[in-house]
Amino acid sequence: MTMSDRLLRQGSFLPIAMVVLSIILIWYVGAIRLNSPQLIDRYEKNGIDWNFTQLATDAWKMERPVLPSPHQVGAELKKTVVDKAITSKRSLIYHAGITLSSSLLGFGLGTLLGIALAIGIVYVTTLDRSLMPWIIASQTIPILALAPMIIVVLGSLGITGLFPKSVISMYLCFFPVVVGMVKGLRSPEPILIDQMRTYSASATQIFFKLRLPSSIPFLFASLKVAIALSVVGAIVAELPTGGQGGLGARLLSGSYYGQITMIWAALIVASVVSALLVTLIGFFERLALRRLNGGQAVLA
Amino acid sequence: MGSVADHNEIVVQVDNLSLEFTTSDGPVHALSDINLDIRSGEFISLIGPSGCGKTTLLRVIADLETHTAGDVRINGVSPGDARRQRAYGYVFQAPALYPWRTVRKNVMLPLEIMGLPRADQQERAARYLELVNLIGFENKYPWQLSGGMQQRVSIARALSVEPDLLLMDEPFGALDEITRDHLNQQLLELWRKTGKTVVFVTHSIPEAVFLSTRVVVMSPRPGQIMDVIPCDFPRDRTLDIRETPAFLEVAHRVREGLKAGHSYDDE
Repeated sequence: MTMSDRLLRQGSFLPIAMVVLSIILIWYVGAIRLNSPQLIDRYEKNGIDWNFTQLATDAWKMERPVLPSPHQVGAELKKTVVDKAITSKRSLIYHAGITLSSSLLGFGLGTLLGIALAIGIVYVTTLDRSLMPWIIASQTIPILALAPMIIVVLGSLGITGLFPKSVISMYLCFFPVVVGMVKGLRSPEPILIDQMRTYSASATQIFFKLRLPSSIPFLFASLKVAIALSVVGAIVAELPTGGQGGLGARLLSGSYYGQITMIWAALIVASVVSALLVTLIGFFERLALRRLNGGQAVLA
Repeated sequence: MGSVADHNEIVVQVDNLSLEFTTSDGPVHALSDINLDIRSGEFISLIGPSGCGKTTLLRVIADLETHTAGDVRINGVSPGDARRQRAYGYVFQAPALYPWRTVRKNVMLPLEIMGLPRADQQERAARYLELVNLIGFENKYPWQLSGGMQQRVSIARALSVEPDLLLMDEPFGALDEITRDHLNQQLLELWRKTGKTVVFVTHSIPEAVFLSTRVVVMSPRPGQIMDVIPCDFPRDRTLDIRETPAFLEVAHRVREGLKAGHSYDDE
């Protein structure tokens, strides 16, 4: 069964299409509304007679619009995604690659850190009491304020390039992983823990044979959140690093040069990257849950 | 009672055992002054209403709960030592199977933990699954089995450790009566074949009388033993004996014991 077949059969194709259509419609209307003050100013200055049709057509093809219309963003995307060689610094694929590599590294590091902290919290009572408030506090600091400092501090230590950006992704990623894994590692029913005790199983055996497998559904739920956050983290990290590339850098230069269309194109590519990553995690989640349930299909 | 068990060695020895839980409402006497000797090869049922401490007593024997007074010995050692020596197998109320493991792998779980060679694990799993009549289901997953079959896997798993003592906490409580009768018969046959000592918690009078060599009647608040009733039926008893006057007489005595324990509780 193909994807579109399945969508149709589940009856979700039509609703999704309707939502997309409505968004595009609102977008076009919005483009007229937001771009019209500029245009009307211009018409009046140059003494041009204008009507609504004139206004709409002009609003949808402005060179420096406040809100570019969907087809302008589409053209920009075609220009920077399809037409440019991926090695070109003007290719959004090239920049997406830079962002992707630092988000994936940060995601990996954040996941490892999150799992390690969760194990500490579940097994060491002192850590349970001392660590959790700090972990929660860490997420209340605006990442936008923290990111430049991390880049500067690590930069002064001679650490530049991919790693400092990944640290920011990691900083956002580890949190959902800690929360999910603590819950997951504590999820086995008391009866199963008692049973392990009757086998006089060691703590390591209980961990690997019972607690870790039981935590997998919780881990995947967290990973889905974490991977989307890792892209946000990478983009935020690219803002202060400026010209070094990445979707964040594109957003920044877009706003420098008043290239709103460029910002929109970069945003769309960023959300496509996130969506693909979340879908990928979802795919592995379904595989893992199926295995955990002895081959029985489960809703993720 | 002149059963053979009298001459056998004591497997479980409970002396003046008490257990007090501290709760926010003050102490709760879960068990009070329990004395019970269980000899090798016996099938002992602990019966009583909810809250009479029958499961707690079983958990103390299994070192899942710690008593606050008195003494428990399993083969002459403390419950903790007995647990570490894997001297008993424990069957819980729920099958407690791992959904990601096949039937065979579920039975192999305690054997993996014991560190047995893989070939031995597989051989034992096959042997004990055969003993509970589950040949052909080795590669199935728990969700593909009925409740009764799942509990048989759980029993095979407890037996695979090859303990001399089997502790069973209402293993058939969640099953329908027809399945329960069937499993009772299978369990009895298994007990006869293996000669294990069984301590069995239940709240079904027919089940207790049918399976046991002795029925221990308990009452709540505080949990104590009201009566110990011998059931001297032949070991190869069948379900038919439940219709005999002798059986009904023992069942009646158990019921009287339960009533005596309950009387001060009703008002």
